[in-house]
Amino acid sequence: MSIALFKILIANYDIKLWYFLVISAILFCIGIFGVLTRRNLVQILMSIELILNAAMINFVAFSAYQKPESQLGTIFTIFIIIVAACEVGIGLAIILSIYRGKSTTDISKINILKW
Amino acid sequence: MGFNILSILVFLPILGLIITIALPKSAAGKAKIVALVFTILTVIIASYIWFAFDKTNGSMQFVEKYNWIQGVNIYYHLGIDGISLPIVFLTCVLSVLGVLVSWNIDNKPKAFFALLLLLQTGMLGVFVSLDFILFYIFWELVLLPMYFLIGIWGSSRRLYASIKFFIYTLFGSVLMLVGILIIFFKSGINSFDMLELTKNSIAPNTQNWIFLLMFMGFAIKVPMFPLHTWLPDAHTEAPTAGSVLLAGILLKMGAYGFIRISIPILPYASKSWAPAISILAVIGIIYGALACLVQKDVKRLIAFSSVSHMGFVMLGIASLNPTAITGSVLQMFNHGCITGMLFLIIGMIYDRTHTRQISELGGLANKMPFFAGMLAFASFASLGLPGLSGFWGEFLILFGTFKNHTTFYQVMVYIAVFGIVLGAAYLLWMLQRVIFGEYKGQVQEFRKVSAVDIITLIPLIIIIIFIGVYPSGMVNIIAGSVSKLIGM
Amino acid sequence: MEKFIWIIPVLPIFGFIITFFFGKKFPKAASVFTTVILGACVLLSMMSIFIVNSGGPFEITKNWYVTGKYSIAMGFAADGLTAMMLNVVSIVSFLVHLYSIGYMHNDSRFWMFFLYLQLFSASMFGLVLSNNYLQLYIFWELVGLCSYLLIGFWYEKKSAADAAKKAFLTTKIGDAGMLIGIFLLFFNTGSAVFKDVFNFAAGPEVSQGLITASAILLFCGAIGKSAQFPLHIWLPDAMEGPTPVSALIHAATMVAAGVYLVGRSFPLFSLSATAMQVVAVVGAFTAIFAATIAITQNDIKKVLAYSTISQLGYMMFALGMGAYVAGMFHLLTHAFFKALLFLGSGSVIHATGTQDIREMGGLFKKMKVTAITFIIGTLALAGFPLTAGFFSKDYILGFAYAQNKYIFFIIGIITAFFTAFYMFRVIFVVFFGNPKKDGIHAHESPKVMTIPLIILAVLSVVPGYFGAWFISERFSIDKFISFFGFEGQEPLHIIPMVIAVLVGLLGILIAFILYFGKPITNKKISKWIYPLYKLLHNKYYIDEIYGFIIIKPLMKLAEFINTFDRVVVDGFVNFIGKLTVIFSRAVDIFDIKAVDGVVNKVADVTYLSGKKLRLLQTGNTSSYLAIMFGAVAIFVIYLLIKVIFIR
Repeated sequence: MSIALFKILIANYDIKLWYFLVISAILFCIGIFGVLTRRNLVQILMSIELILNAAMINFVAFSAYQKPESQLGTIFTIFIIIVAACEVGIGLAIILSIYRGKSTTDISKINILKW
Repeated sequence: MGFNILSILVFLPILGLIITIALPKSAAGKAKIVALVFTILTVIIASYIWFAFDKTNGSMQFVEKYNWIQGVNIYYHLGIDGISLPIVFLTCVLSVLGVLVSWNIDNKPKAFFALLLLLQTGMLGVFVSLDFILFYIFWELVLLPMYFLIGIWGSSRRLYASIKFFIYTLFGSVLMLVGILIIFFKSGINSFDMLELTKNSIAPNTQNWIFLLMFMGFAIKVPMFPLHTWLPDAHTEAPTAGSVLLAGILLKMGAYGFIRISIPILPYASKSWAPAISILAVIGIIYGALACLVQKDVKRLIAFSSVSHMGFVMLGIASLNPTAITGSVLQMFNHGCITGMLFLIIGMIYDRTHTRQISELGGLANKMPFFAGMLAFASFASLGLPGLSGFWGEFLILFGTFKNHTTFYQVMVYIAVFGIVLGAAYLLWMLQRVIFGEYKGQVQEFRKVSAVDIITLIPLIIIIIFIGVYPSGMVNIIAGSVSKLIGM
Repeated sequence: MEKFIWIIPVLPIFGFIITFFFGKKFPKAASVFTTVILGACVLLSMMSIFIVNSGGPFEITKNWYVTGKYSIAMGFAADGLTAMMLNVVSIVSFLVHLYSIGYMHNDSRFWMFFLYLQLFSASMFGLVLSNNYLQLYIFWELVGLCSYLLIGFWYEKKSAADAAKKAFLTTKIGDAGMLIGIFLLFFNTGSAVFKDVFNFAAGPEVSQGLITASAILLFCGAIGKSAQFPLHIWLPDAMEGPTPVSALIHAATMVAAGVYLVGRSFPLFSLSATAMQVVAVVGAFTAIFAATIAITQNDIKKVLAYSTISQLGYMMFALGMGAYVAGMFHLLTHAFFKALLFLGSGSVIHATGTQDIREMGGLFKKMKVTAITFIIGTLALAGFPLTAGFFSKDYILGFAYAQNKYIFFIIGIITAFFTAFYMFRVIFVVFFGNPKKDGIHAHESPKVMTIPLIILAVLSVVPGYFGAWFISERFSIDKFISFFGFEGQEPLHIIPMVIAVLVGLLGILIAFILYFGKPITNKKISKWIYPLYKLLHNKYYIDEIYGFIIIKPLMKLAEFINTFDRVVVDGFVNFIGKLTVIFSRAVDIFDIKAVDGVVNKVADVTYLSGKKLRLLQTGNTSSYLAIMFGAVAIFVIYLLIKVIFIR
């Protein structure tokens, strides 16, 4: 259903592939920026979600434009959503336990893996 | 044959070994009881074999033959004949006595008795296996427990002695393995079967080389002069049970190898090497006896007397005469009993006096009359007093060797007879210093003779007297198989 | 009927077993029991005389085992010689048992003494009843064992233990030769049975060398057992044993076994003139040699021991000359009077507590029975007319004279002179003169000891008449000879008889002059011939010579062998071991420097680079991410450049 709707949208409003790609690139950059600049672990986690979302948009977009009948990109997206959900769960759990141990989630203070 | 009695006999001690190991730590003291029960069971089975054995038939009996490793013709092949029967029986008896004499051992008893049982399996296996590979496996299996028995429970120089024992004999047996492999490839029938290999087609020249390789393996075990030096050390340092089995059985493996393998499989080489072997044997007789005269440690003295007595055995074997070889087998059996008994008694005396130095002993005839009497009895048996078993072995060997019509062998007999005189000399001198005269040791209060001590010695006394008075039963069993083996 | 003969040796074995198990609890009963057993043996032995006399020799055999074509048969045979030996052994043994009840009564191992005596009696019976050499050898060794045990009976004394060992070893040397002799006979004949061996030896195709060799080898055994020169050294030392043992074993029976062996093998020996010559020369030399030593000994038992050696030599040279009957007859008479002398000396020792004759004296009044019987025994030994010794000794001398063997005759006469002299020296010193030292407390021995003495005194006289009766031509000499199983022509002669008697009387006279109550003369004389005296007193230094030329070198050799074994043979083994260790050290060094060096270099490089690279590990997640993104970005840029410019 939604695929059909999507196709109509694309066809009727002349939406090009690179629109999606630009959106996704912007999202990706925001995510990278967040990951690199934020100090708080939770924020970093959220930024990672953004990066994932950017990837998902790319998947769906390519799938719809290049090979609409296979739906491979859609399936991958669903996988990524699931993996992202797990990742968030585990990530939050790790953050929580780090917080318990060190009373902080500031990443610059968590450097026990330093040589 | 409804069941494989020989396999049961050989592997029964292994079962005992498993039970011994499985004992909980708290019940470690029970290990000796388990060992005793299983060794006695082997004696019962051995007695059954003795009675069920067809004494008129000299060939292999109770034969078991199964494929083992098919590709290279290795079989699981067991059998017993008149040559191995007495020694198998003796092995079982001496194992029981070995357990009994170790009754008071308190250092790691579980391991001790487990190793003793393993040793028994190895020894029995050597004497009943008819396949070279099986034979070799058992042959090597014997080394391991003996190494530990000497190395862990021995006296002060035990580490040196055990390593010397292990490496020396391993050296010989590896050469023997090479010999076995050459036999396999040169025989023309590609077989490891000792019985089939008597019909081999090895060229005389090759035989000589193989014989030399096998000789190294066997002669070190016997041990023949000049390959004997591991023996005094090993005997002196080993615990009593170890000495008993070492002298009683392990030394016989070498002589048994000559009779079972070298002579029938390499007949040509045996003939060409026989004079050399008899010269070495006679040197061993005199040499060992002379060395005995000046020993200061009783155990070491008896060890050298073994060199001398095994010289007689080798002289009989080297004469290649059925009577003499029969005598050799009988002497192997007798020497096992007598020297075993001597070591048992010395062990018991050592338990009480804590010394084995002849200079410190003395006056035991008054201090412990029982042991003094037993020591005198065993010594007289050892010096070949007629009426006790030692006489018949020596007599048949000398007589059989004498029958070889050559002057060479007669001269050998003349020298060997002198060895008997020397034998009387060192044993009587030892007796005189140990049981007569005055006691000079440190310990003054001695433990009383216990029932275990008496039970340990009685079977050997009975055997020694019985064979001394009535040797013909034993001799006929052995002679039947020997004449079959030599083919005369 | 003849089968009963096997009972004779079995009876003492039975006694041995019973005593072995119960003797310790009931020592007194055991001693009586064993004595009774020997009494039964005496009766059976006497029966054997009549059976042999009426039925002739007989044999019982049983195959013991067979090896190839040689069968080893065990059996008993009895002929006249056996019957005689049986009687000698059983009678002396019985009397010694009886005597020992008194003599040993306060010994702590009383019962054991009888145990050994039983074993000895059984073995000795077995020895004389054997019908083949092998069995004879077995019992021969067994009596040797008993001798060992009994000489060393008081083993607390070092001298006794030494003597026992010496006795066993010395005889064992002879036995080794004997064993080879038996091998030679057995191997050539195919049987060790006396009859077969003799038939074989008498056969036409047998080489003289074989017979001579085997006879001389057998004689080696006899030399050892009968204490002939040069193996005589053990017998004087054997006097360390209790006196009844000396009487039984070392005077009457076991030492006579050697003579018996030669007598038994006489058909073999007589085939070889050389062997006979050897026997005669050894015997004659021993006779005079031991007699000279006996003169100077001060220990009463040592005198008797040398006298025994001398008399055994007498028997040997009689046999060697071919005087078979005379030799065996002398064995018989000697057994009784020598046992008597030993038991008599035992009685004296028992009473005085010393063995040194110089400490005794004047005992005649205190111990009449002992003294009289001892004198009778001495007269018999000295060959005084009307005693048994007179007949048997003069019979030997007569033979030598008749056969024109004057050298042997002269040696025999001189020996007889010495014998009379040294025995009467003992008599005069011990029984007459003034008591010295401990003699004061001496008393007559109990009846259980004197009765055997009396019986033996009778036996020292009576058999002489038996002999005379047998020998005299009127009473059928043939019967006697056939009874003993061997033929020989041995008439009596008057001249040697007279010479012997006169010489004996001369010996007694000289002893009387020198020793009867006048010890001062004794000293003068011995000063005059002091060097000779010293040589004799030290037994010609034979023991020292043996010690120097045999025992010392042997021990040196043994010492050398032991060192050789430790240093050379074992040293070689250890050298191989050390060589291996050195070689492995070298390998070890090579391993550490070269092989392991490469490995370590690799590891070092890895370590150093790791040390540098680890600085990248900041621990700061953000910087990791930055690097990661940077890397990705570089990669993407690279791809872009590649796509744009290369495509």
